[in-house]
Amino acid sequence: MSKNLKTALFSSILLLLISYPILGLKLSVVGISLQVQGASAQTLWTIGIAAALLFVWHLVLRDRLLGGDKLKGALPSIPANLKDTLTLPSVQRWIMLALFVVALAWPFFGSRAAVDIATLILIYVMLGIGLNIVVGLAGLLDLGYVGFYAVGAYTYALLAEYAGFGFWTALPIAGLMAATFGCLLGFPVLRLRGDYLAIVTLGFGEIIRIMLRNLTDITGGPNGISSIPKPELFGLSLDRRAPDGGQTLHDFLGIAYNSTYKVIFLYLIALLLVLLAIFVINRLMRMPIGRAWEALREDEIACRALGLNPTTVKLSAFTIGASFAGFAGSFFAARQGLVTPESFTFIESAMILAIVVLGGMGSQLGIIFAAVVMTLLQEMRDFNEYRMLIFGLTMIVMMIWRPQGLLPMQRPHLELKQR
Amino acid sequence: MSRPILEVSGLSMRFGGLLAVNGVSLSVNEKQVVSMIGPNGAGKTTVFNCLTGFYKPTSGSIRLNGEQIEGLPGHKIARKGVVRTFQNVRLFKEMTAVENLLVAQHRHINTNFLSGLFKTPAFRRSEREAMDYAAHWLEQVNLTEFANRPAGTLAYGQQRRLEIARCMMTRPSILMLDEPAAGLNPRETDDLKALIGVLRDQHDVTVLLIEHDMKLVMSISDHIFVINQGTPLADGTPEQIRGNPDVIKAYLGEA
Repeated sequence: MSKNLKTALFSSILLLLISYPILGLKLSVVGISLQVQGASAQTLWTIGIAAALLFVWHLVLRDRLLGGDKLKGALPSIPANLKDTLTLPSVQRWIMLALFVVALAWPFFGSRAAVDIATLILIYVMLGIGLNIVVGLAGLLDLGYVGFYAVGAYTYALLAEYAGFGFWTALPIAGLMAATFGCLLGFPVLRLRGDYLAIVTLGFGEIIRIMLRNLTDITGGPNGISSIPKPELFGLSLDRRAPDGGQTLHDFLGIAYNSTYKVIFLYLIALLLVLLAIFVINRLMRMPIGRAWEALREDEIACRALGLNPTTVKLSAFTIGASFAGFAGSFFAARQGLVTPESFTFIESAMILAIVVLGGMGSQLGIIFAAVVMTLLQEMRDFNEYRMLIFGLTMIVMMIWRPQGLLPMQRPHLELKQR
Repeated sequence: MSRPILEVSGLSMRFGGLLAVNGVSLSVNEKQVVSMIGPNGAGKTTVFNCLTGFYKPTSGSIRLNGEQIEGLPGHKIARKGVVRTFQNVRLFKEMTAVENLLVAQHRHINTNFLSGLFKTPAFRRSEREAMDYAAHWLEQVNLTEFANRPAGTLAYGQQRRLEIARCMMTRPSILMLDEPAAGLNPRETDDLKALIGVLRDQHDVTVLLIEHDMKLVMSISDHIFVINQGTPLADGTPEQIRGNPDVIKAYLGEA
């Protein structure tokens, strides 16, 4: 009972404390006493009643209603066999195929806004898959991943602005550029481990952003670079009027102009990039380098004793992961038509990392689901003020309910055929 | 008399005020089993760590086939054909037994990014060869039936054998085993002894051994070095060591 009393007291006090900043209460000095201001009497009463209810709940009701079980028992749990089935590689392949069919049909049935959000989801899927190589497969905690995303975006933006490059030529260059940055930044920092690596990568992410903001002459500083051209389809523009001398798709096909075509086209490009990313990561996991990542994550010392150079192996993960971010970045720039340093703040890194962790480290299907959930949460304009609250709540629930992530990976094992 | 493959002279390792290894000299001949013995804390494992590049020796020289290797990083020394096991088993526990063996072949297989991405015939062939080689060694250490089990779920003795097989994947010229018989039952120890014999006689591997099981050491070694408190105490054939009064004193104390 005393334990319950402690919990009850603690949670009621916590509620009072939290409601103070959230509901915008103010303490002001009136005469010689303090007075709570900034809220109606009704709000104050509600807070008081809520605190009292919470107290009673923790003191008596909780044990009685939930039979003394922990919170864990109260949450519905996924049946064990379903869990295992869902993480089987063969089942995941089918789900993936089904998702692909849905994704392909999506733009032709969904509204324009729905397609737009789906495109955003696909960008996050791509970023998640890229970060997954670094965090999930190679086990390197990278908090500055958004830096490479920025490098990719700015590469395309600058190439388009100063050299007149189109999206398709800039795309591989952006990937290469991000990979180069990954390699250059990775080389000195990959000697570090765990927390230290996390802090240094966090610093690098910020350095890239601040550098972009302060190179005002080239990058336009905080205003960024605008009017970045949209991708073209074999040289055909999807705009209403083609820029100087080009031809537009609707003219070419002889159909009426419709602005949704452009959105759908962008969506399909994103889908293509995601499919490529999934293909590449699937191959990587079955390649010697993928095995080396896994081995390195498990035991670095043993790897060294077997002649694997840990720095090279880590660097390869870092570089390949960064190149994915570069592709995603240049697509992002093309879609927005505008890049500013503020699109690449730490919160983006955190969001991508959250997608990887929520999805279940190393699993692609998990990442796709997590990207959908996270992006929808982010896009819920109605709950804008409560977004971070929901975000945090989701995290807590996930950690209690499924600490290993939504759909943790079952790595494809190479099998020795028994003779 | 075969020629020396590993020559160590005046090896010292200092940790702050502690001189863990002091002037150790070894000469290891090709295709021999050489043991290093000594009481606990004598500095045997430190010598191993220096030889395999995990520590940078304070002074002294290490020559492998006449080439200076002291101070090189661990993975470079491993690539020159000096591989080791550890006192505590260091397998990749989540990976299957056969995958453990594949990782160790990393340097010998086609790791080209593009050929792996597109599964070129050369890549497939290289993967198949690696698999065959792994299968061959799984059979050698009698673990074929456990090939697809995660290494962490194997019994301790099996893990020990798998670790030796994993070292053999790198095609070493010197295999250094740090207490391979620790925790094995008498039958497993006999198997280990047979395996070490096979490695030396059929695979032309020089084996350097740290071991406390004197029965094993005496029966299999071609040469024994004794180290006590970081300094070399004696060396010779098993018979010479058995009769050496200094060695007996170091192990049993003054009579």
